[in-house]
Amino acid sequence: MNVHMRLGFHAPQTGEELAALVAAAAGSRTPIEVRGRGSKIDVGRPLQTAAIVSTEAMVGISLYEPTELVLSAQAGTPVADIEILLAEYGQEFAFEPLDLGPALGFEPGQTSIGAMLATNLSGARRVLAGAVRDHALGVKAVNGRGEQFKAGGRVMKNVTGYDLSRALAGSWGTLAVMTEVTLKVLPARQEARTILCFGLPDATAVEAMRLATGTPFEVSGAVHLQKDLVARLSDPAVAGAGKAVTALRVENFASSVRYRASRLKELLAAYNPDAELDTARSHAFWNELRGLKMFCAKPERPLWRICTAASGAARLVAAIARTLDTQAFYDWGGSLIWLETSPILDGGAIEIRRSLAEFGGHATLIRADAMTRASIDVFQPLDAPLMALSQRLKAAFDPYGILNPGRMYPET
Amino acid sequence: MSLLAIPEPDAAVLARRPDIIKQLKRLVPAATLIVDEDGCRTFESDALTAYRCAPMAVVLPSSTAEVSAILRYCHDNGIKIVPRGAGTSLAGGALPLADAIVLGLSRMTRILSIDVTNHVARVEAGATNIAISQAAAPQGFFYAPDPSSQLACTIGGNIATNSGGARCLKYGVTVNHVQGVRIVMMDGEVLDIGGDYLDAGGYDFLSLIVGSEGQLGIVTEATVRLVKAPEGSRPMLLGFASAEAAGACVAGIIAAGIIPVAIEFMDRPAIQVCENYSGAGYPLDVDALLIVEVEGSEDEIDILLEAIAEIAERYDPIVTRVSRGAEESAAIWKGRKAAFGAMGQISDYYCMDGVIPLSRLPEALQRISLICRQHHFDVANIFHAGDGNLHPLILYNASDPLELERAERCGAEILKLCVSLGGCLTGEHGVGIEKRDLMTAQYDRADLEQQMRVKTAFDPDWLLNPAKVFPLEGRELS
Repeated sequence: MNVHMRLGFHAPQTGEELAALVAAAAGSRTPIEVRGRGSKIDVGRPLQTAAIVSTEAMVGISLYEPTELVLSAQAGTPVADIEILLAEYGQEFAFEPLDLGPALGFEPGQTSIGAMLATNLSGARRVLAGAVRDHALGVKAVNGRGEQFKAGGRVMKNVTGYDLSRALAGSWGTLAVMTEVTLKVLPARQEARTILCFGLPDATAVEAMRLATGTPFEVSGAVHLQKDLVARLSDPAVAGAGKAVTALRVENFASSVRYRASRLKELLAAYNPDAELDTARSHAFWNELRGLKMFCAKPERPLWRICTAASGAARLVAAIARTLDTQAFYDWGGSLIWLETSPILDGGAIEIRRSLAEFGGHATLIRADAMTRASIDVFQPLDAPLMALSQRLKAAFDPYGILNPGRMYPET
Repeated sequence: MSLLAIPEPDAAVLARRPDIIKQLKRLVPAATLIVDEDGCRTFESDALTAYRCAPMAVVLPSSTAEVSAILRYCHDNGIKIVPRGAGTSLAGGALPLADAIVLGLSRMTRILSIDVTNHVARVEAGATNIAISQAAAPQGFFYAPDPSSQLACTIGGNIATNSGGARCLKYGVTVNHVQGVRIVMMDGEVLDIGGDYLDAGGYDFLSLIVGSEGQLGIVTEATVRLVKAPEGSRPMLLGFASAEAAGACVAGIIAAGIIPVAIEFMDRPAIQVCENYSGAGYPLDVDALLIVEVEGSEDEIDILLEAIAEIAERYDPIVTRVSRGAEESAAIWKGRKAAFGAMGQISDYYCMDGVIPLSRLPEALQRISLICRQHHFDVANIFHAGDGNLHPLILYNASDPLELERAERCGAEILKLCVSLGGCLTGEHGVGIEKRDLMTAQYDRADLEQQMRVKTAFDPDWLLNPAKVFPLEGRELS
C-alpha cells in the first residue's frame, strides 16, 4: 500500500507516529530530512527533501537511576535539560557533549540527546572519558522501512548481538531515526584545576599535552589555542595573555586535584606552567570551549573539524597554513583540530585534504554556506571499498534511501 | 546429548574436501594447513567443551594477504569459515562445523608498534591480551580490558566478543579501547578503519565489528588505546549479613560519586569454596563479600578507602578489612583470583553471564537460587557487582549427559530471568552457539531482523561463523 506522505514539517509525539510517517515516506519513496531540534541543520551537504521529520516533540526522561549510572530520554529532549537533572544528583555526561549551536548562529543548549548521539561530537573530556558513543547503552529507533526496533539495553555491560546503538553514532540521521536513547552517566568530579602555559609554539604545545595525558593524573582536558583565538575567550588571564594558550585540566576531590596539579606542574616545568585556574574559573573556561566560543565571532569563516594522530597535528596545521589563512584550536591533546579558514570558494577543502593525506585521519567541514557545502565533500571522502560497505550498511537500514539522503555522502 | 541443534553439513562441500585442501595448499603454501583427523580434533571445541565438532580443515595463516586469499577462495566456492583466536570462548563462539574451515590467528602474534606519543599499540590479531600490556609496560602504559583469560586469549578474540574484565567498571570494555582495525571481508577485500587517532571517520564500523563474534569479517590487525598505569592500587574487603546489604552498599558507593576500579561480589557458597581452596582468610560467617579496589597515589587511595568504609558502615558490615600494603592486597585478592579453579576442584560448573540492573540484585540472587533448587543444582555466585554482570556457576556432573541437558535448561531460565529484570543475556562472554536460541527472549523480530540485515551487508552468503548468534531460522527472516 502506498500512502503518500503529507509534505512539510512533521513533529510526531510517539515512536508509533514517527514509524507511521517514515513508513508512508518509504511507501511513496519520499526523501525526508531527519532532525532533532534543528541546531545543526546547516551541517552536511544541503538536502532537498519534500518533508521534514523532527523529534522535537518527543521529550522527557523515561528512566534515571543514579546508582546504576543510567539515563534514558526521548530523542528530542534537550541535552541542557538533562544536564540540569544530572547536576542535581552530582552526575554528568562524562564526554562533555559539544554544543555546536552557537558557532552555527543558534542559541546555546538546543541540541537534543538523539542528535548528540547521531553526530557523536564530544568535548574536551573525551581524551580521558571516551566519546559520546562510548557511553551509549541502547536506543529505540525507526529504520528507513518505518519499522521500530531496539538495540542494546539499559545495563552497562551487554554483548548480546550486534551493537546497533553505537553504530548509529555519527550517522547524522542517515541510517535510522532515534526515538529514545539510553546512556551511561557518571559522577561529576567535585573540583577542577586548570594549568595554563603561555606562548608555546604549536609543536611544543602538542608535546606538552602528550606528556600530560600520558601521566597517571587523569588529565581530563588538554587543549591549545592559537593566539588570535585566545582573545575571544572571557577569562582575563587567558584573553589578556596576547599569546597562545595551552590548558591542562585535572578533576577529582579537593586534595587530589591539588596533588595532581602540583605533580603536573613539576613535570611540565620546561613548558612554563605559569598560571592556574581554580574550580570556578576552570568551569567557566572549559564551558566556553564546549560552546566553541572562540569560533562564534566570525560566523562567515568556514570551520573544519579534523581528527588526526596527535604526533603529526602541528605539522599538519603548519602545512595547511602555508597556503590558507587559518586559526587553530587543538583539542584532545592534539588529536582533534578545529580549524577556522578564510571564506574562499571551497572553504579550503582541497588544501586541507591534500595535506591530511600525508598524516591520515579525516576532515569534516562543519560550517560553510550552502553553496560551498553543495560543491565539495563535506565529510571526508572514503576510498571505494569502504564507500561500498557504507552503501550496503545504508541499504541495510534504509533500503529506499529516504533518510537524509546525501547529507554525508552523495552515495548514501 | 545437549539441546542445541547444529545444522546438517553440506554433503556437496564435504565431497569436495580433497580438492578444497589441494586448492588451499596451492593458494597459501606458507600457511600451516592441518587436515589430519587428530590435528583437526585439537580444534573441535573451545572452552565450552560440551560442544564438539571437528572441522574439515584448519588453516593458520601468517599474514593479512594469506587471510585475504583464503577468504576469497572460500567466498567464491561457498565454503564456511569459523574464525578462531585462542579458543577461550565460554559460549561456543569458536565451535567448528563439519563442513567449515577453521581459520586460526595463532601465528599472527606480532606487536607491530608501541606508540607512546599517540598512546596506541598496533598489534596483530593473534597477540595475546597480556602481551600488549607487557610490551607497553617498560613505558609505564597498559592495555586496560583484562578478561580473566588474558594470559591466553587474543586481542582478535577480545574484539570478536567485546570482552570486559575485572577493571571495566572504571576503564570500560574492548569497544572503548579499539581505535582502528585492519579487517578482511569475506570476499577477500582488505579494509582499514580508524587508526592512531581518536574517533574513526564515517559510519561507526568499529562499533559493529567489535562484538560481532567473527561474523562480519576477520580482523587481522588492531590499533588499541594504551593507558598510563596508575601510581598504585589497593583493595578492601567487606563482609555483609545479606546480599541486600552488599547490594545497597555498592549503590551507596556509586551514589557518593566514587567509581572504584573493581567491585567484586561473592556469595556464601562461593566464599566457602574459595576459602577452603586458597586459605585467603575470608570470613565464613557472612552471606556476601565485596572486594572493592581503588587506584591513585597512596594518599588518594587512603582517602577513597576511608570514604568507602564510612559508606559501608551504614549497611552494618560484619567484616571490614582495608589493605595497607602489597601483601594484604594479595591476600584479599587471593581467594577471588582462585575462584574458578577452586570451583573446578569441587565440581564441574556451567558459568552463566547474564546482566541485571543493580537495584534488582537481591531479587535476582533469590530467584536464581530458587531456579537452581528446582533443577536440583547447587549454585555459587561470583561476579562484577559494579555493573550488574552476574556469573552464577551451576554445579553439575559433566559426565552425565542428562545433567548437562538439565544444567542448560536451568541456565536458560536464569538468563531469561535476567532479561525479565531489565538486563541482558550476556555481558562479556558473547552469544556464540550457547545463547543463540535465547535471542528471541531479549529481542523482538524487528530487532533481530535489523541485526541480520547488517550481517548480510558484510557477508551476503552468511559464510562467516555460521549457526551462531542468531536462531537458525534467522537468515530466512532477514
